[in-house]
Amino acid sequence: MIKDLLHALEASPWGTAVRESTWLFPTIESIHVLSLVLVVGSIMVVDLRLLNLASRQRSVKELTDEVLPWTWTAFVCAAITGTLLFSSSAMRYSGIWQFEAKMCMLVLAAINMGIFHLGALRSADQWDRAHGRTPVGARVAGGVSLGIWVTVVALGRWIGFV
Amino acid sequence: MIKEFCAWLAATPLSEHIQDAFWVIPTVQTVHIVSIAIVMTSMAMLDLRLVGIAGRRQTLTEMAHRFLPWVWIALIVLLCSGTILIIGEPGRELQSVVFWIKMSLLVAALILTLIFQTVLRHRKGFWENHRAVAALLGSVSLVIWIGIVAAGRWIAYVEHG
Repeated sequence: MIKDLLHALEASPWGTAVRESTWLFPTIESIHVLSLVLVVGSIMVVDLRLLNLASRQRSVKELTDEVLPWTWTAFVCAAITGTLLFSSSAMRYSGIWQFEAKMCMLVLAAINMGIFHLGALRSADQWDRAHGRTPVGARVAGGVSLGIWVTVVALGRWIGFV
Repeated sequence: MIKEFCAWLAATPLSEHIQDAFWVIPTVQTVHIVSIAIVMTSMAMLDLRLVGIAGRRQTLTEMAHRFLPWVWIALIVLLCSGTILIIGEPGRELQSVVFWIKMSLLVAALILTLIFQTVLRHRKGFWENHRAVAALLGSVSLVIWIGIVAAGRWIAYVEHG
């Protein structure tokens, strides 16, 4: 079943186009890198605030209102360009453990975000203010997120060396 | 001249060490990309603030104080990690047209950033009172930084010496 899907991706018009063109892959990859640095950078802004290491003069809520729309926009671009790159050799990429690990890390990032939203962020009105210190739960979420995203970058770069 | 220099650099023990250890280049590239994430996001926030479409709840000075120190620190990390990458693969970088395009764009971006920072410090209210100039500086700077990231990726694809 999954094999059929991977075959279909490779045979798709976009998969074929990216594979056969000399300039499409690097161009899409450049957009992918541009998107992912904005995803990682903007998430770091929030993570460093959760760790009380930056943007202390602002509340977490203010900060997420400011940067998360950019994060999500960039993430959608990264997902689309990533799918296009993947489609060019879906069978090969799916067999690389660094690729699989990268996808697992993205799932972990989502779970970490979910826990933060259902946990520490629920009591935000008790601690979230300018110059306020974040509680343990928020600091853990920030630290874990930081570690996950650096790992995502490392695994992604590693795929190119396999 | 550059060709001989690359050959000499590639034959140094340090370069040979980097070439032999399979993990050095990918690891240093990862550090490089994470640092680019810091610079790119910070500059995008500042440039979009200059254009007037992001972070308007804070003054330009507040935004600059928040983001510029990170930019300069990350740039030092980029300089170091970039140097290691050059020592590891001198020809791939120094004999590539795209690499030199990237460096020229970088110089242009740094000059614009220094102009912004100096004017902000010494002429209070200049950027707030000259909206059009601010928007122009912000958009040119943003386009240049996008060009730097794209050129960085293209180094891997364009033929070099």
